[in-house]
Amino acid sequence: MLGRNGAGKSTTVKILTTLARPDSGRAWVVGLDVLRQPDAVRHAIGLVSQKASSDPMATGRENLVLAGRIQGLTRSDARARAGELLARFELTDAADRLAKTYSGGMARKLDVAIGLVHRPRVLFLDEPTTGLDPEARGQMWAEIARLAAEEEMTVLLTTHYLDEADQLAGRVAIVDRGRVIVEGTPEELKSELRGDTVHVELTAAAARALPVLERVAGLREIAAEGSRLRARADSGARAVPAVLAALDGAGVDVTSVTVARPSLDDVYLRHVGRAFEEVAAA
Amino acid sequence: MTTVTLVRHSGYLTVRSVRALLRQPAFAAITLVQPVIWLLLFGQLFRSVVHIPGFSSASGSYLEFITPGVIVMTALFSSAWAGTVYIEDMDRGVMDRLLASPVRRGAMIVGTIAYQALTTVVQTLVVFGIAYASGARFPGGLAGIGVTLLAACLVSVVIASFSNAIALLVRQQEALIGISQFIVLPLQFLSSAVMDTRVSPAWVRHVARYNPVDWAVVASRQALSADTAWGAVLPRLGFLTLLAVVLAWLATRAFRTYQRSA
Repeated sequence: MLGRNGAGKSTTVKILTTLARPDSGRAWVVGLDVLRQPDAVRHAIGLVSQKASSDPMATGRENLVLAGRIQGLTRSDARARAGELLARFELTDAADRLAKTYSGGMARKLDVAIGLVHRPRVLFLDEPTTGLDPEARGQMWAEIARLAAEEEMTVLLTTHYLDEADQLAGRVAIVDRGRVIVEGTPEELKSELRGDTVHVELTAAAARALPVLERVAGLREIAAEGSRLRARADSGARAVPAVLAALDGAGVDVTSVTVARPSLDDVYLRHVGRAFEEVAAA
Repeated sequence: MTTVTLVRHSGYLTVRSVRALLRQPAFAAITLVQPVIWLLLFGQLFRSVVHIPGFSSASGSYLEFITPGVIVMTALFSSAWAGTVYIEDMDRGVMDRLLASPVRRGAMIVGTIAYQALTTVVQTLVVFGIAYASGARFPGGLAGIGVTLLAACLVSVVIASFSNAIALLVRQQEALIGISQFIVLPLQFLSSAVMDTRVSPAWVRHVARYNPVDWAVVASRQALSADTAWGAVLPRLGFLTLLAVVLAWLATRAFRTYQRSA
């Protein structure tokens, strides 16, 4: 689930994990009604919320055992499962240290391990990499990709990082202002956008150059942002000479030009951009 | 099944709290030293009030008079902080994670109040020990000590439940502490904990009759005395028990409000 801060991702997760009640409507998780069968839902799901959810005054192992016991595992099962998850997340060396001594990346891994203790059918990961340094983020990505591939489990991941959704998601739902704007596999969404994106970096503010590009044939969805121009074209390679000629003719200095295949970024801007216009018109 | 689960979950969560306390030796030490300081400090400060005409204490010293007062006061003040653990859990994601798990809401309340009650038992025994070492004697014997333990624990349950409920409703450390202070000090001083209300203004005496802290103090003091008026002890313990059950239930209900507006 991809969207900006405030788009409604966390609220959706809270409703689906029985943490909040919807103002209206109903929701089901693996066929279970979140309002009528909250306990059954809680057995079926694991939650890794945005904030660290381990008990800082307990060790990694104690955190896992407690979570397992609450889910109904016997003491020996809970201990065995804890050991297994600690090994899997490379936390064995830190297993008997208090969670408050863990680094950001380790704490996040422990959070995910806690969410997996009872082998849930659905794992909710609410912005799992927010606040992690690039290395820890990369490790977390690898871990999530492995989870989705190896376990018979649905992972619902919310993120405001486009690259994260692109890398990890089998299906993407783009949400904005509490609504799903568009949904599909990243490939489907990208292939709906015809052609390439042309990015032009200028030495000065791009807004002035906007009318120049509007006169170039074959360009669509032209937009200026800071010193950058972006536009879509059926063939980027063919559009570039015309773009450069037009800018040169108008006396606009160009720093760089790049052509990119459509990215999820483009999908997002296209859909959410249009949604904003609709909201403004309404 | 449900009851078994409730008891189990309560047990896990109580262990969690006790373990956390033991891992903070400085905090654990303060928990034990504070009531002792109160006992000795108040014992010295107000030592001569027993000479005020009309002050109860037939024969006993002021130390004997305030020992149950300090015990109940300690239970009151420690338990008022109970909700801060919830707020720490909310500020981290611990509360959300627990609420999204099948843990019984009742167990989350019972776990914290059982922990408070355990702390109160230890504190009570320490205060008794110090009082005894300082020369106080309690003719009520083991029954008196038993009633005092029970009364102090019931005050713990009442106040910890209240603190938990407020924590779930306001979700903010400053607000919780403000509200607790606002409630706790009047409860303490509008009672016979450190002063015989018979020498206080009439209105204080009237208010004290409805004050659960006073119920606990009066019941304990009666039970510790030579000729216990059980007619004064048992109804007060009964009311305390009733209030404890009602407040623990209300605190459990407060989870609903917390979740509705999460």
